[in-house]
Amino acid sequence: MHNGSGADALVIDGLHVSVDGMPILKGIDLQVPKGEVHALMGPNGSGKSTLANTLMGHPAFEVTGGSVTFKGQDMLELETDERARLGMFMAFQYPSEITGVRVSNFLRMALNAQREDEISAMEFRRLMMEKMRLLRMDPKFAGRYLNEGFSGGEKKRNEILQMAVLQPELAILDETDSGLDIDALRIVADGVNTLRSADMATLVITHYQRLLNYIVPDVVHVLIDGRIARTGGKELALELDESGYEAMTAAQEA
Amino acid sequence: MAVKSADFGLDTYKFGFHDDIKPVYKSPKGLSAEVVREISRQKDEPEWMLEFRLESLRQFESKPMPTWGADLSRIDFDDIYYYIRPQDRQARSWEDVPDDIKNTFDRLGIPEAERKFLAGVGAQYDSEVVYHSIREDLEREGVVFLDMDSGLREHPEIVREYFGTIIPNGDNKFAALNSAVWSGGSFVYVPAGVKVEVPLQAYFRINAENMGQFERTLIVVEPGAYVHYVEGCTAPIYATDSLHSAVVEIIVKEGARCRYTTIQNWSTDVFNLVTKRAVAYRDATMEWIDGNLGSKVTMKYPSVYLMEPGAHGEVLSIAFASQGQHQDAGAKMVHAAPNTSSIITSKSISRAGGRAGYRGHVSVLPGAERSKSNVVCDALLFDDESRSDTYPYMDIEESNTAVQHEATVSKIGEQQLFYLMSRGLTEEQAMAMVVSGFIEPIVRELPMEYAVEMNRLIELQMEGSIG
Repeated sequence: MHNGSGADALVIDGLHVSVDGMPILKGIDLQVPKGEVHALMGPNGSGKSTLANTLMGHPAFEVTGGSVTFKGQDMLELETDERARLGMFMAFQYPSEITGVRVSNFLRMALNAQREDEISAMEFRRLMMEKMRLLRMDPKFAGRYLNEGFSGGEKKRNEILQMAVLQPELAILDETDSGLDIDALRIVADGVNTLRSADMATLVITHYQRLLNYIVPDVVHVLIDGRIARTGGKELALELDESGYEAMTAAQEA
Repeated sequence: MAVKSADFGLDTYKFGFHDDIKPVYKSPKGLSAEVVREISRQKDEPEWMLEFRLESLRQFESKPMPTWGADLSRIDFDDIYYYIRPQDRQARSWEDVPDDIKNTFDRLGIPEAERKFLAGVGAQYDSEVVYHSIREDLEREGVVFLDMDSGLREHPEIVREYFGTIIPNGDNKFAALNSAVWSGGSFVYVPAGVKVEVPLQAYFRINAENMGQFERTLIVVEPGAYVHYVEGCTAPIYATDSLHSAVVEIIVKEGARCRYTTIQNWSTDVFNLVTKRAVAYRDATMEWIDGNLGSKVTMKYPSVYLMEPGAHGEVLSIAFASQGQHQDAGAKMVHAAPNTSSIITSKSISRAGGRAGYRGHVSVLPGAERSKSNVVCDALLFDDESRSDTYPYMDIEESNTAVQHEATVSKIGEQQLFYLMSRGLTEEQAMAMVVSGFIEPIVRELPMEYAVEMNRLIELQMEGSIG
């Protein structure tokens, strides 16, 4: 029904965000409709991760203006866990280590938190194994402590595993490509592509164009100094790859 | 899905209720030689035990209050009932337990637990054990699991041989107090070579207000035998304080193994001052798993004296202190022979202004060569109001030993909580998950039913923790 920028889209309007009193985002307007993949690119320090963390409700980021709605609801009113239960998901750039908590137990609790009734142990196991196969993960992975002693690639794959199990309606991938070698990148991208659907809006945040060879975006936004400098099709990413952010920054200032 | 057997506590403090029961006998408040004599008379004890009690009373009176550890100044020894006998005689069948008491234990899940997986169950209500049973096949193998009073009557020679030998009545003020007025507790005897594969459980309940519960437990594990003893504790919530002061003595003989698990969930008006000590002989293993979640104040340092080569001692300790609680927990290991080994793992958690800590003592006596000891104590703090203390004492009088100690203190991080909450867990669930993970190395040593229960208790401790 609502393919396009219906009420279910992520709508960011004039968003201003400060960290420790310093303005980082200076008026972001952005819409990600369901069924689409948008890429947000930008140089270091442009505010990409600030936007991701603000969308998810990190307490260190202070919203000083503007609004964020998703599925017609005011996100800024909601706690992080409430946003998650509404279908929002963020794949972290630096996932936290939680000692003593097994990946499988954590996944099951997270899934149950978002469901009306508890999933049976058998059904959960089947679901988890299916998603782990998709991401070419060793089944032993499920018994390890959450992110503890994981390599960079394992951490990122674990994030996508969570996304696959939780099946969000809005997925924000915060620099999921950082620290991945080309094989791991391909596996992660394959996983994300498999999960692409008409019911999910995806915002892929990345510094490099490389990831977008594998996860082909519908729309590309370029974030520079806390503002969206340009928006275009997937070719914009290629252009950036050739000319770099500096040219665009210069063009913006000219 | 959840296993409900060993039900130690639900809701915020589900077991804060009490029964209006009329006891068969209640001593007057306060402590005196008359009270001690009356306890002994009611129990129809042998003369040596009365003498032991009276001597213990003298020891108690002559010893000053400890000035270290927790603040005990609020204890008023004159305002305590030292002996309350809830019923005339002990039931061997659950049906014979008076209804009021039965209802209490039903609410605590005791008979249910027994049916499900235990080898034997004892239930103590105030001063007396009201119910006791053991699986028949174990009884036929010679395993004895009785309340201490019955143990003294039915196995006087064993009791007399060991009683008060591991913890002499003058050991400390509270051991002396227990020795003077003890009542109830368990007597466990496992014959040589017998392995009791499923746990024996004792359940301790304080019901009366201003009650002092002084159970006394003696466990003798003969060569090559094995037993796992589990105790759980709850009490009602009153405006005034109660005192629980137990003494537990354990003898683990050659090649034997004993595991003693405590899940202490007293209400937060109980002073819990307990002396627990084991001796382990050649190639024997003694393990204490000590979970302290309840009480106002706990001072408890389970110890193992490693008497002969090859003996191994282990303490796994969890101390969780919330608002108004002080858990002064720990362990003591004495290496008295060569080639002995010990491991102490302590996990303490402090939140909402609570104070939890580790107080430990590792001692290696001269000649205890090639002994090894490893102490790890980790503390987890929730906030700046809460407090964690570590007091690791070491007395190493032998040079050829390997003694290690590590300690860490960590604070639950904002980033960790954000990560977990971004997956839909509430802040309370996220905190409970971090705590469960923190104590996982200990909880995984528990039988399944207790592990489930321990994690539920942690979640309960977490309820209402968000300001």
